[in-house]
Amino acid sequence: MAVQSETMKPPRSEVGLLGWLKKNLFSTWYNVLLTIFSAAFIYIVLRAVITWVVRDARWAVVTTNLRVFMIGRYPRDEAGRVLVSLGIIVLMTALTWVFRKAKGKPRRWLVIGWLLSFPLITILLRGFSRESPFLPLVSEDIWSGLLLTLVLAIVGILASFPLGVLLALGRRSKLPIIKVLCTMYIETIRGVPLISVLFMSQLMLPLFLPPEIRLGTVMRALTGMALFSAAYTAENVRGGLASIPIGQYEAARAVGLNEALVMGLIVLPQALRAVIPAIVGQFISLFKDTTLVVIVGLLDLLGIAKAVTAQKEFIGLHKEAYAFTAVIFFICCFTMSYTSRRLEQRLGVGER
Amino acid sequence: MDQRWFVVPNGLALEVSTPTGVQWMQPDMSDEPTSGCIPLIKKVVKASTHRGTRIVERQKAVPFWLDERVLKVLGQIAFLILVIAVGAWAISNYLDRDLTFTFRFLGEEASFHLAEGIEFSPTDSYARAFLVGVVNTIRVASLGIVLASLLGMVAGISRLSDNWLVNKIASVYIEIVRNTPLLVQLFFLYFAVILKLPQLKMKDEVTAIILPGPTYLSNRGLAIPWPRPSDSFSSWWPFLIAALIVVVVLWILRARGVQRTGRPSFNMLWVIIAFFTVPVIGWFAVPGNPLVLDVPIIEGLRATGGTILSPEFVALTLGLVIYTGAFIAEVVRAGILAVPKGQTEAARAQGFTNGQVLRLIVLPQALRVIIPPLISQYLNLIKNSSLAVGIGFLDLYAVSSTMLNQSGRVVEVFLMIMASYLSMSLTVSLIMNIVNRRIQIVER
Repeated sequence: MAVQSETMKPPRSEVGLLGWLKKNLFSTWYNVLLTIFSAAFIYIVLRAVITWVVRDARWAVVTTNLRVFMIGRYPRDEAGRVLVSLGIIVLMTALTWVFRKAKGKPRRWLVIGWLLSFPLITILLRGFSRESPFLPLVSEDIWSGLLLTLVLAIVGILASFPLGVLLALGRRSKLPIIKVLCTMYIETIRGVPLISVLFMSQLMLPLFLPPEIRLGTVMRALTGMALFSAAYTAENVRGGLASIPIGQYEAARAVGLNEALVMGLIVLPQALRAVIPAIVGQFISLFKDTTLVVIVGLLDLLGIAKAVTAQKEFIGLHKEAYAFTAVIFFICCFTMSYTSRRLEQRLGVGER
Repeated sequence: MDQRWFVVPNGLALEVSTPTGVQWMQPDMSDEPTSGCIPLIKKVVKASTHRGTRIVERQKAVPFWLDERVLKVLGQIAFLILVIAVGAWAISNYLDRDLTFTFRFLGEEASFHLAEGIEFSPTDSYARAFLVGVVNTIRVASLGIVLASLLGMVAGISRLSDNWLVNKIASVYIEIVRNTPLLVQLFFLYFAVILKLPQLKMKDEVTAIILPGPTYLSNRGLAIPWPRPSDSFSSWWPFLIAALIVVVVLWILRARGVQRTGRPSFNMLWVIIAFFTVPVIGWFAVPGNPLVLDVPIIEGLRATGGTILSPEFVALTLGLVIYTGAFIAEVVRAGILAVPKGQTEAARAQGFTNGQVLRLIVLPQALRVIIPPLISQYLNLIKNSSLAVGIGFLDLYAVSSTMLNQSGRVVEVFLMIMASYLSMSLTVSLIMNIVNRRIQIVER
């Protein structure tokens, strides 16, 4: 008689809902206690939040001012221009998504498209001159709301990028004077709070420029943002440069490239690829840091939230306004960090 | 015609002797090696062979404007001149506005009120006002660092808990806090929570939230009991010092024992007990109680006694703790995850209990990974405390901006701000680097 091995089913207490509950919530006596406390905590918090959101909160402060939150003091008649700009970005993102695996020509067109879309959007938003019938001037000093937040973050990171790369190269350079100056700049900026850099760009910058050059408040804030962000970009890029094996330099030198070509063609492309996740992280934190311009008197998303709670009919509705602001920031930042984490996993960019 | 092949640094080269002199050719790889040779060096002044490598001197030396060594020095000098020129241009613009640069204003009367921190009257100097700000920043930052570390530790470990609910609560906290700006959180806490708390007293009735202590929480801040030294404190504090000495002595003895025999001669518990018994003996030895608990009382419309923390202080500290705590939690989690699972399993297999595994195996190894990013989180907390100006807490930054508006000394005050933040950052990173060096593995 052949011996037949019989596979036994797992005991009922280990599978299904009951098994899951036992394993994850009630495995030991202290886990039972923890579960009870956590459940009570969640119940209290959720109940308080839901009753407030559904019943007690007066969302009129947000719904009436939705346009103000989004574009602030941007003229009502010109609001279409913001929508078109948004459309361009959405279109470009969609195209990038569709052709994400393409190589060669479509890819080149995508890059050209992105490069063109930035000046296009700038012209669209800013317009030409006050009198021009087509696209009249909307000075950047009256841009506000979410629009200003986005502009500050995107322009800040883009403008900081070239400077950051140069600083990183300078800090790794073997030439002592350049190295010392770049290191000093990076460490000073990284050692002081952003708000002091912003204040400096608002108050001190005009003192050190000749009276003919007049920068608006938004331009000054942007300068501060870019100068601040550049130091952090530099450190990220430096990390990327350090991750490139020395063999890459040596091989490129042996093939006969000079130092500049080694940097430009061999090392930098690889280094920049390696720092993409870090740059995304930096963009997210810069996006959050744009709120600091409130302190120097600009009306970004948070500034608008602060302003609408001073309106006569909505006085004192801080909770609603700030909760709404927080939700917008959360959605943006969470989406960005989630997407970048997913991309990182899929492309394995981080661990090459 | 004489032809010889030589090894040169970038491959092979063919030496061809012609009636006019020696010519060097190098094979063009795209073609047949013998048919297509490109001339390498037209004229050779001196050629010698060294270990099979032909060393060739060219006819002319490299002109100095193409010499890399000279170029490097020249480039640096040019860069320096550029930086100095831009600086000089900026300074000349500054001087064109008839502005001077002096720190003399620091001695002048400040003539503004500061209602937070060490005592300050409007007749005090600007220098003292700045000191008030510095002390306030240090107060917030040091309390914040301690509390944020605790919160971060708890949240980080919860994030790795087996318990599904605890794990999810920690994740939700971390994600929400990390993905919203600190300033929004501070505004929310200050304007929407703390300022909306009940008043301290309304119509002869205490309306503040009373916590055990008694602690009064209201929109005027937090009034907590605080121990104050009484007359006999002076005869008690020698006992504190004695306790410290006893602990240090015991500690050294214990460390000696470990060095000699490999195991501690007495339990760590004895050290702790000794630390507490000496002051307790002193407490009963001296006449009266050396410390008196000063309890807040509500008098009229305000609380007196104890210690009263202003609403701004509470909001700022709470906001910084919640925000930094979430970042520290991620640091802690990453640190614990960085310890290979085999370590836990091996320790469990040797019979360590769960607590011992965490205390003796995982945490010491995790700390090595945790400390460096923890340093940068502490530095961030210090820098972020400057957001106090948004909610009106009088920290270093807020006081400085008042000073700046009063005195008009923009550049001087900015230099002071920068110097203060830089020196605080440097101090923290110095301390933490020492800690870091002590716990890092000493490589063989």
